Amino acid sequence: MTDIEPDATVDARGAACPGPLMDLIGKIRSAESGDVIRLLSDNDQSLTDVPEWTEEAGNELLAVDELDDYNAFYVEKA
Amino acid sequence: MTEHVVIVGGGTGGTVLANDLADRLKPEIAAGDVRVTLVNDDPDHVYKPVWLYVPFGQREPDDGRRPLSELVDDAIDLQIDRVSDIDTGSQQLQFSGSSTSVDYDYLVLATGSTLEPSHIPGLAEGGYNYYSESGATALREELLEFTEGELVLSVIGTPHMCPAAPLEFVFMADDWFRERGLRDDVDITYTYPVQRVHGNPHIAEWAQPIMDDRGINVETLFNAESVDPEAETITSMEGTDLDYDLLVTIPPHAGIDLIEEAGLGDDGWVDVDKHTLEAEAAENVYALGDTADTGVPNAGSVAHYQASVVGQRLASELRGRPPTATYDGKTLCFIETGLNAASFVEFDYESPPSPAPPSQKLHWSKLAYNESYWLTARGLL
Ligand SMILES: Cc1cc2nc3c(=O)[nH]c(=O)nc-3n(C[C@H](O)[C@H](O)[C@H](O)COP(=O)(O)OP(=O)(O)OC[C@H]3O[C@@H](n4cnc5c(N)ncnc54)[C@H](O)[C@@H]3O)c2cc1C
Repeated sequence: MTDIEPDATVDARGAACPGPLMDLIGKIRSAESGDVIRLLSDNDQSLTDVPEWTEEAGNELLAVDELDDYNAFYVEKA
Repeated sequence: MTEHVVIVGGGTGGTVLANDLADRLKPEIAAGDVRVTLVNDDPDHVYKPVWLYVPFGQREPDDGRRPLSELVDDAIDLQIDRVSDIDTGSQQLQFSGSSTSVDYDYLVLATGSTLEPSHIPGLAEGGYNYYSESGATALREELLEFTEGELVLSVIGTPHMCPAAPLEFVFMADDWFRERGLRDDVDITYTYPVQRVHGNPHIAEWAQPIMDDRGINVETLFNAESVDPEAETITSMEGTDLDYDLLVTIPPHAGIDLIEEAGLGDDGWVDVDKHTLEAEAAENVYALGDTADTGVPNAGSVAHYQASVVGQRLASELRGRPPTATYDGKTLCFIETGLNAASFVEFDYESPPSPAPPSQKLHWSKLAYNESYWLTARGLL
């Protein structure tokens, strides 16, 4: 478990792909550089979608918490 | 006492529901026990799928318009006005056109999608779209002038109306330029925000080889950040620049602000139980069609099926019985793969789509459906 304090959380639990990644991208659009966004997703595809996109976009995936029935991704906007 | 059902939005979902209730609740409405009001901010009903054909000169915007008064059963009170406030605590609505308010016992939100080009700097000035009547006619003028250069079709974000329509546009444009002997002079590039050409992996897997065969360039993981109309470039959040001579986009979408202001969901989409379509944040409120956040495509077929579920549930509630009808995610889509062929997909929450081989028969079926749509809106089909 990480102790990172996110600036905002996007709860995309229950959403089918590409919903969670699009919700994260939407939040990152309006975030300031350096902000940390936490994405909650129970879609397995997010485990590949989110790292691929953060790398492509030059943002940093700080941590992924694998919780009981969902994952929490912490992404810092470049 | 008369129970009052108010439906906001007279597009596909709201109109089908109003006619469904007129039929289902005929005795109660006739006896004055139930009153159904349909509110829409335009006297016409608009059938948006027609817009795909407008840029290619195959349909006129008027082909997608009919007065609501001709489509909606006389048993329904039709009110042409814009709802300007939703108060789910006191179960009351306010309108822009009048200072009066109205009380509801059941509210159904079917307010559809709004285009938000202003979210991307430069987009309103630099980009064309076929997602509005005026956009489709402006694009038609531009396409007729366009004989060479870079055509970029960029999907800016999801959800957006009809997830198949961006694929359809590039497939139709490819054919259209070929038929006119211009294809060698026109480059077509398709961009999509995630790492495949469509949100649904099964549809993406089917569409990618068709794009490769037809020489349509693909840029995935492309989330437009800004458009420079002077330099004619579109730049992504991922740092890719694309030059264009003609930029066609699927602009960012949202629901209506009132929904967020009423605390019913983010970005104007209503948070609902995806099976019952009941709003999560308020009592006696349903949402259907594009505005209901169920994760299924924003499609007319979805709005149609959901209208029937909400119709059954409301009838049960009004008759004092527990509602049992539920929505299973059913979606049907014809996908044009050119000017003379189309595919077809059908799926739901449990079963993934498996696109049918493209054929001329399916293309005709899509055109036939577009013609018979008016019977759907009337509740006859
Ligand atoms: C180019 C294009 C092609 C498409 N092709 C297809 C296709 O082939 N197949 C398919 O299934 N779907 C297709 N769609 C999608 C389909 O048109 C929509 O998903 C469908 O119209 C959604 O229905 P709806 O009832 O939710 O909303 P709409 O039909 O958009 O209706 C919403 C209504 O609410 C009204 N309204 C909004 N706010 C207010 C307010 N505050 N007060 C009063 N009234 C209000 C609006 O004016 C509108 O009349 C396409 C869409 C586009 C743009």
